[in-house]
Amino acid sequence: MYVSPVREPLISGEKSYSKVTEDIYAPMTGKPGKLWFGGLTLALIALGFGLFSIFITVWDGIGTWGLDRTIGWGWGITNFVWWVGIGHAGTFISAILLLFRQKWRTSINRSAEAMTIFAVMCAGLFPLIHMGRLPLGFFIFPYPNTRDVWVNFNSPLLWDVFAISTYLTVSLLFWYMGLIPDIGTIRDRLKNGIQKKIYAFLSFGWTGSARHWARHESMSLILAGLAAPLVLSVHTIVSFDFATSVIPGWHTTIFPPYFVSGAVFSGFAMVLTLMIITRKAINLEDYITKAHLESMNKIIIATGSIVGIAYITELFIAWYSGVVYEQYAFVNRAFGPYWWAYWIMMTCNVITPQLFWIKKIRRSFAATFVISIFVNIGMWFERFVIIVTSLHRDFLPSSWSMYSPTWVEVGIYIGTFGLFFTLFFLFIRFFPVIAIAEVKSVLKTSSEKFIKKGK
Amino acid sequence: MYKSFEFTKKIKSFLIATIVIGAVLAVAGIAMNLDHTHRIWANVLLNGFFFTAIAMSAAFFVIVHVLGESGWHTSVQRIPEAMAMYVPIGGVFMLLVLVGMHDIYHWSHTEHLDEILLGKSAYLNPMFFSIRTVAYIIIWSLLVIWFRKTSLKTDTDANIKLFNRQRGIAGIFIVIFAVTSSTSAWDWIMSIDAHWFSTLFGWYIFVSTFVSAVAVVILLLFVLRRMGYMEHINDEHLHDLGKYLFGFSIFWAYLWVSQYLLIWYSNIPEETIYYVKRIQDFEGLFYANVIINFLAPFLILMARGTKRKLNWLIAASIIVLLGHWVDMYLAIMPGAIGHPEFGILEIGMTVFVLGIFLFMFFRNFAKAPVVPENHPYFKESFDYDNIR
Repeated sequence: MYVSPVREPLISGEKSYSKVTEDIYAPMTGKPGKLWFGGLTLALIALGFGLFSIFITVWDGIGTWGLDRTIGWGWGITNFVWWVGIGHAGTFISAILLLFRQKWRTSINRSAEAMTIFAVMCAGLFPLIHMGRLPLGFFIFPYPNTRDVWVNFNSPLLWDVFAISTYLTVSLLFWYMGLIPDIGTIRDRLKNGIQKKIYAFLSFGWTGSARHWARHESMSLILAGLAAPLVLSVHTIVSFDFATSVIPGWHTTIFPPYFVSGAVFSGFAMVLTLMIITRKAINLEDYITKAHLESMNKIIIATGSIVGIAYITELFIAWYSGVVYEQYAFVNRAFGPYWWAYWIMMTCNVITPQLFWIKKIRRSFAATFVISIFVNIGMWFERFVIIVTSLHRDFLPSSWSMYSPTWVEVGIYIGTFGLFFTLFFLFIRFFPVIAIAEVKSVLKTSSEKFIKKGK
Repeated sequence: MYKSFEFTKKIKSFLIATIVIGAVLAVAGIAMNLDHTHRIWANVLLNGFFFTAIAMSAAFFVIVHVLGESGWHTSVQRIPEAMAMYVPIGGVFMLLVLVGMHDIYHWSHTEHLDEILLGKSAYLNPMFFSIRTVAYIIIWSLLVIWFRKTSLKTDTDANIKLFNRQRGIAGIFIVIFAVTSSTSAWDWIMSIDAHWFSTLFGWYIFVSTFVSAVAVVILLLFVLRRMGYMEHINDEHLHDLGKYLFGFSIFWAYLWVSQYLLIWYSNIPEETIYYVKRIQDFEGLFYANVIINFLAPFLILMARGTKRKLNWLIAASIIVLLGHWVDMYLAIMPGAIGHPEFGILEIGMTVFVLGIFLFMFFRNFAKAPVVPENHPYFKESFDYDNIR
């Protein structure tokens, strides 16, 4: 495959095939540093606090949350949608960017896929808790049963169960399948011992033969084909949770594609936030370069602008529709009691990402880090605005209400951060953060060393 | 090496004959419908909009590839580029629509509006509508011409600055088109059903015309190949075009379902009326539209092999192009004339506009080399594979 010399190299420095393996394998060897232990401890504390908050919720009931009869969905569903959204970057990178032959995906796909899986786990927690009785969570699965109760097939909430569990399964498969050659590499580097046995088991007998590779590649294509529609389906169904209703501010037809775009937007922001730190912490600067940063920021600006246009479209059509309820809902969003949430959302999602039009900013790690955090915040507030401000003004003014979270709800949210980061810290310790085999596949065409040689 | 296209007398006279036949049929159709001016103007709008939007979508096709730093598209780039040059001509039809405004848009009868339409009159009034229409046409035309000129300059000047300038134009284009693609669809199409509204509508119409544009690119590629040009196009290029046709047909169906399902599910009369009208009076077409436009490309192009064979691609493209013409028909006619009408007028008008579209395409395509040989990524287009 020919690559134009005009293109920026994706791997900098003098890298040979074995150097790539060594660099990426390095963080997994030796004793983990203080930073890692410190981080893990913090994450575990947060997780513990979250578990305690869940315990309180289950023990005392959902009354420990700030919900009432008007506002039945608060932080719980906000967090659910937020985490599911974050989970979208992984599949987008691994499936859609694979189909679009984007070489820069090879340096970030592994960690993004891992984040996807962890984020979906965090997300799945909230509906489960919301249903109240954790041990009865299996009621959501439709199976011929002795309870004489069927699930409600008409409900988008049930479609969510299918969409998200399919998504989790395919993402997991994708992630693990990509890991197999790398696990094989690690196995071969390990001396005898229990560690080697574990990696040998996890590698599924990978030998790296041509036949294995051929199957591996056709499998990734099939999975990419399956996962591409899943990128759309999950957040589409999530948007249906709202848009199938008749609540002003929820019922609007632009929701499905706009939610999907917002999800990819927030997912990329989270990948950026984490990878900017990780690349520094474990010395992967040669693999995650400014070229990667720029490409990702372009996706941020594209998806962010789609979201921005959707906001404005909603606003305009609310006026255009002539429906007084819609009109009120949007005026209330912008100037009602939750105006601050709306303007945080607008600033963080629509205005700050536009700074990426400036080349210097989209190629700066520091600036990107700050903006990516803005996006994370903005996308959380987007869900909060959609959920809470649409609900808090009931059709009956006597039912109008205000919502603020209790410490229990905040605790569960913090707990999901704990879960996410615990898993992430374990992941960077026990698995290669960058797909070794995939980076090698672009080494000949896109590394600084080989490009120089070519000239 | 890359044989330049020659706009021969033979092609020219064939296209002129097409235009004349179309014109004769259209005039006959108009003469038969003089007491039925709604139908005449609706047809002007339908074909005027459809082909202008296809031209704009073709420009969009090039623009996204420029912005996405793509390399493969350079081998076909000049086809959509030449298609886009139809925008100023298509704009003339849209200006004609302004003349027939009162026959299509009932909000334009400002003397008797109900309360809801009065509420919209700050936006939907003949003056502002005309200003917007003219603005779209002028701005779009300028953008398209600007990009094309820069692209043609690269044929004689390999300076990399020209490519950076193209990227700059592409950035401006995408920002403007992101807004105007939606607003123009609201203005020209959605406002026919003046009381009805849907936030998704703009994106839905855009994707419909984008799929059509991809189909037209494939069909034109086929025609050019038959005439002995574009010999450099290989299976990988066909495969990629096929993927676009396949993927965006599914995406279109996705948007169709999103809009329909949400309106059906919520069952709010102000919104469902749009579909009620279509299902009651256009039942066959209504269902055929979504089923054929989704299933045909889906089933035909699902396999890897069919995307790489021009004959299969052609079959899918023809279905898609006709299908999306019907999609536009369904978006316009129920509001504009209220019941299905199909005859000499529809056929004539379509053939007439199609003929002009093709004439403009071939004329512009002949003006420049068939590939941008100095494009920095040009060579990449001939050395890549689609994953097996």
